[in-house]
Amino acid sequence: MSENSSSGAAYWKANIRLVSICLVIWAFVSFGLGILFRPMLSGIKIGGSDLGFFMAQQGSIYVFLALIFFYAWRMNALDRQFDVHED
Amino acid sequence: MDLKTLTYIVVGATFALYIGIAIWARAGTTSEFYAAGRGVHPVMNGMATAADWMSAASFISMAGLIAFMGYDASLFLMGWTGGYVLLAMLLAPYLRKFGKYTVPEFIGDRFYSQTARIVAVICLITASITYVIGQMKGVGVAFSRFLEVEQSTGLFIGTAVVFVYAVLGGMKGITYTQVAQYIVLILAYTVPAIFISMSLTGSFLPQIGLFSDHSASGMPLLAKLDQVVMDLGFKQYTADTTNTLNMFLYTLSLMIGTAGLPHVIMRFFTVPKVADARWSAGWALVFIAILYTTAPSVGAMARLNLMNTIQTGEIGSPEGNLSYEARPQWFKSWETTGLLKFEDKNGDGRIQYYNDANKDFAAKAEAWGWKGNEMVSVDRDIMVLANPEIAGLPNWVIALVAAGGLAAALSTAAGLLMAIASAVSHDLVKSVFNPNISEKGELLAARISMAVAIAIAAYLGLNPPGFAAQVVALAFGLAAASIFPAIMMGIFNKRMNSLGATVGMIAGLLITLIYIFWFKGWFFIPGTEMAKNSVDNWFLGISPEAFGAVGALVNFVVAYVVSKATKAPPAHIQDLVESVRIPRGAGAATGH
Repeated sequence: MSENSSSGAAYWKANIRLVSICLVIWAFVSFGLGILFRPMLSGIKIGGSDLGFFMAQQGSIYVFLALIFFYAWRMNALDRQFDVHED
Repeated sequence: MDLKTLTYIVVGATFALYIGIAIWARAGTTSEFYAAGRGVHPVMNGMATAADWMSAASFISMAGLIAFMGYDASLFLMGWTGGYVLLAMLLAPYLRKFGKYTVPEFIGDRFYSQTARIVAVICLITASITYVIGQMKGVGVAFSRFLEVEQSTGLFIGTAVVFVYAVLGGMKGITYTQVAQYIVLILAYTVPAIFISMSLTGSFLPQIGLFSDHSASGMPLLAKLDQVVMDLGFKQYTADTTNTLNMFLYTLSLMIGTAGLPHVIMRFFTVPKVADARWSAGWALVFIAILYTTAPSVGAMARLNLMNTIQTGEIGSPEGNLSYEARPQWFKSWETTGLLKFEDKNGDGRIQYYNDANKDFAAKAEAWGWKGNEMVSVDRDIMVLANPEIAGLPNWVIALVAAGGLAAALSTAAGLLMAIASAVSHDLVKSVFNPNISEKGELLAARISMAVAIAIAAYLGLNPPGFAAQVVALAFGLAAASIFPAIMMGIFNKRMNSLGATVGMIAGLLITLIYIFWFKGWFFIPGTEMAKNSVDNWFLGISPEAFGAVGALVNFVVAYVVSKATKAPPAHIQDLVESVRIPRGAGAATGH
């Protein structure tokens, strides 16, 4: 690590960027669409209720799943790109 | 074959399977006992994590909560799944790279402080013990309802089974048993849901059925449900929450708490590589989501079935309500448990189930000769357990639900006991009392700690303290306010020092504890509460269960300010943080 700490710092920066993007989406779909913006978006109907209800009871969970797999895939690619991967 | 015999066969077969796996997966080393030899495939680990996480509460209680709370219960759905995003991105890969066995060990090493480690051990044991009491109770209830044995007998049988595979196999035995338990519990949950969704909406997938049309009326299912409940004076099922701030913070507290619960975190120590820890969190959520996306459908459909069973015809007409004599078999069997209770207040021999707290509706009801809601007790927990009977499904499905409920309770209990046993043997015996203990000695200590933890859990399951229901909030509050922030700062803030982290943990812990005790009584002793536990008294309308998020914020702020004002951690600790942040070398860290 010490011999190539500039690449280490760049790896960490890329990681923080990726995590930040993912967490913004994480908060937007659950706290945003599922709770805070529900009254504003109640005009968007989904099967007998509205978008907020759908996001709170189903949609946000699907987005969480997609986020974790996207993160794992991107991160494993970053590991190789910055040559810090295992084996 | 009658239901009882069938249930004995199904439950007996699953127990035999768990014991068989235990004998096959005996642990020979401390690495196998604490971390399953770090050889668990990420998909398998995901499945085991899912079984570990989904407790009797998820399996039995959650759909019932949703059935009666409607939209408001979404906070459980988002809160108990959203935590895995935090876990995958902020904690799991780094803790796997760190390569040790327990959560307090990370906190102790990173903050170079035995005090920090002991504070973490105390948080861990408190959170885990409170949780395990609920599981043991769940085992007893499931046994007594389905196998018609005494609750205490059921508890002893369940305890004996956990004892065999946890003491013998440690984390290795527990992991492979949990994989089997996951399969049992997910079948038990989804099979009845599929049947019910087919009959109500014609849709094979319950997730789609919830947003489809109700076959009998042609209306969307949720619109139909809204209409049925509101016609009887109940709150609209899909109505928006009345306390947005509280729902927001409650959801956040459950998310942070989930990511901070030690028995979940330690599952990620068992995979071979850092990359596997990331995938594994995703797989865990896949297996959890199968149940969590089914639960809202089960809740809504069970509520609709229940309402329609009782209100058979036009509301207000004398013939519109189910006659008590004609009540179905499942109604009778749940009456004997006391979870369902009917009282013929107006003496007409028919059942009126409506919201008599709704003044406008109660006035109308009186004109029809109704004298109050006659379903005086409808326990939420029966929604899942009675669901197959309400829908008229075959006996083997009912037997499967019994086995599923037991699998959910046993798998979570085993995971919690593992967290307690490893904290005692590794963080107290080895680290504090006897650092020179041999590998064989430590393995023996771990097995003894496990046996003692099981005995204590069984005792508490038999004699549950009066505050058992309250303490779940405490477990999440503790994890959210103390453990999660400490680990996260340990990884993401290189400058965080021992004093900052310790003071932060204690500050977060204290403010959360005080807020909970303020409304629920000091140490939950009845009569010692400082103010009535109601929304008018809560600070900004925040309920005690939702306060963990505030505690976490306090922890972060205090830790940051204190560490800024004091000197940076020593160089070797900063190097440790650097090494935890990159995946390379995780394999080497295992053989310590």
